[in-house]
Amino acid sequence: MKVGLFIPCYIDLLYPQVGIAAYTLLKKLDVNVVYPMGQTCCGQPMANSGYGHLTCETNKNFIQQFKDFEAIVAPSGSCVLHIKEHLKGENGREEDKAVHIQENIYELTEFLTDVLKIDDLKASFPHKVGFHQSCHGQRGLHLSGMSELTAAYFSKPEQLLQQVEGIELIQLDKQDECCGFGGTFCITEEAVSSKMGKDRLTDHIKNGAEYITACDMSCLMHLEGIANREKRGVKIIHIAEILNAENLNR
Amino acid sequence: MKSHASLAEQFNRDENRVDWHNETLWFVREKRDRQSHQVSDWEKLREVASKIKLNVLSNLDIYLMEFEKNALTNGIKVHWAKDAEEHNKIVLSILQDHQVKFMVKSKSMLTEECHLNDYLEKNGVEVTDTDLGERIVQLAKETPSHIVLPCIHKKKEEIGEIFHQYLNTPKGLSDPQMLTEIARQDLRKKFLQSQAALTGINFAVAETGEFVVCTNEGNADMGAHLAKVHIACMGLEKIIPKREHLGVFLRLLARSGTGQPITTYSSHFRKPRAGQEMHIVIVDNGRSEQLSKEKFRNSLKCIRCGACFNTCPVYRRSGGHSYHTAVAGPIGSILNPIRNIAAYKDLPFASTLCGSCTHVCPVQIDLHQQLYELRQEIIASGMGEPVKSFSMKILARSLSHVKKYEKLRRTMKFGYRYAPFLLKNNANPWYKHREMPEMPKESFKEWYQKNIGDGK
Ligand code: SF4
Repeated sequence: MKVGLFIPCYIDLLYPQVGIAAYTLLKKLDVNVVYPMGQTCCGQPMANSGYGHLTCETNKNFIQQFKDFEAIVAPSGSCVLHIKEHLKGENGREEDKAVHIQENIYELTEFLTDVLKIDDLKASFPHKVGFHQSCHGQRGLHLSGMSELTAAYFSKPEQLLQQVEGIELIQLDKQDECCGFGGTFCITEEAVSSKMGKDRLTDHIKNGAEYITACDMSCLMHLEGIANREKRGVKIIHIAEILNAENLNR
Repeated sequence: MKSHASLAEQFNRDENRVDWHNETLWFVREKRDRQSHQVSDWEKLREVASKIKLNVLSNLDIYLMEFEKNALTNGIKVHWAKDAEEHNKIVLSILQDHQVKFMVKSKSMLTEECHLNDYLEKNGVEVTDTDLGERIVQLAKETPSHIVLPCIHKKKEEIGEIFHQYLNTPKGLSDPQMLTEIARQDLRKKFLQSQAALTGINFAVAETGEFVVCTNEGNADMGAHLAKVHIACMGLEKIIPKREHLGVFLRLLARSGTGQPITTYSSHFRKPRAGQEMHIVIVDNGRSEQLSKEKFRNSLKCIRCGACFNTCPVYRRSGGHSYHTAVAGPIGSILNPIRNIAAYKDLPFASTLCGSCTHVCPVQIDLHQQLYELRQEIIASGMGEPVKSFSMKILARSLSHVKKYEKLRRTMKFGYRYAPFLLKNNANPWYKHREMPEMPKESFKEWYQKNIGDGK
């Protein structure tokens, strides 16, 4: 299977180590993965702010870059959800290609559990880790069950984290509250956004997290910004980096 | 008018209050969780409720006519109001017919939507809200901050202060039981003195022409049973087809809203008692237009339980008044802009689109999707802020092609190196409470090109 790696713009620009971890991990798992060099952004920053009509060009570019892959994988739940829900071919053209992409795009952990069916990950990360459930992945892509529903809880990312040697996943008071990032919300509603992030951090720290991880670097970027400002001492790491952390004992 | 963001910023200046507000509402949300888990097939129940409401919305005219016919047969007088103004006029004219000077009121967010109190006061009718929470905000000359818990923004000490000021109670009283008793005694006088009672309607049953009012304090009954005239006001979407459907909604309503298995009183009103007059005012006020908007139609399913408020992480940290409207919270951020897009264009942006509201909603309204759609409409109709629209255009252009994107990266790198003061500056809203992310030496793309790109 030929897999296209989609690295969202802000990860490419600000958090290359996340892209490197995702790529290396997939390679390690024998995936035939390629990073198309012409990619830019999924268009989500515009669309979520109400400027969906400005995404024609990013859509066109995205379709061009990814149309020939059997699967597309990205280490970002919210970008994947955006593509799934809003990618459009222009003027009715390329509609089939857009649909093909929408049906075959996966968030990284979802790809590992559902497609590769990984059950013996060779990774090691001997630390106390708090897992932040990013809303778009959780409620949008159904990566995990949610506290609003009465159905039994499950979690694809946690299923993988549990395979990591030495890791201790901490329990949170609020299992799945939003961190307050919300795209441009973090700017336009700065006060509420920061307060939400602060509360989220407190929940993790109070319950003993040394590291906070998530499937979305955007949530983590926001939490990291607050943690650094307030010198909270907790470290931020993307889930791809943990899943790719070498197992030194084997 | 101030926007949600600036009002929320004000609210956030007192962090202790934000924490208290957040925790109080989360407590209710957790009660709701426990209750919903005790009903087997809760999700099924939500689905059924949603389908009943969709059926109602598709056949609204038929059910409304059926309801009117049966209500008339029961001896109820039925009025139709196309908007808030007409609603207020109808209520006033009924009151004037009976020379009513004092009226008690219970459980009606619709009258808040229509600003009835102000209107009646101006026309010489004294209105007393009888729900304890609403009575308190009325005394404080405020509006409800939550549709089910109208004075959830007030601490008991503040309520003691209000009672001290308006009800002559001793200073410093904050014991909830004592405060409630004092309010009860005061309200008793109002009940006895009132000549008319107005109530809301939770469910109007087309099949029987009856309506149901859900309360915890029994005050709707007290008012309606004492007064000569009972006026009940409803938005036209409150209709349900049959009595048997009540079983679905009554199980969902209180559990979702307050985490109770059922409200203390679910009172059925079917016909006026001897010597009493009963009126129903059915109000449109933009609802039928909303019905015509395919994308937003399904928010008319709302049964006003308030669950989306309690779960919303933004509402919990910004308080109801920051929404500057009668119906706040996630559902208010849909209903208000649909009716008046210019006045409430800020509300659909007062959300992170986390989706919690959608999944908590007992009638399965896709709240966060509608908020997303409303954002598109607001921007498309040219109401975006010029600065934001400008920067979005630049951003969209920079992201449209890899060459422009690379230029954007170089500019960013340049900015980080030579003009960090532009970024690390309090005019940058990100920087106010957050450090900027570091700019790495190379992007992923550069890494890939160097290490993999050529030799793959
Ligand atoms: S939108 Fe749903 S959750 Fe919110 S008040 Fe209405 S019925 Fe309740």
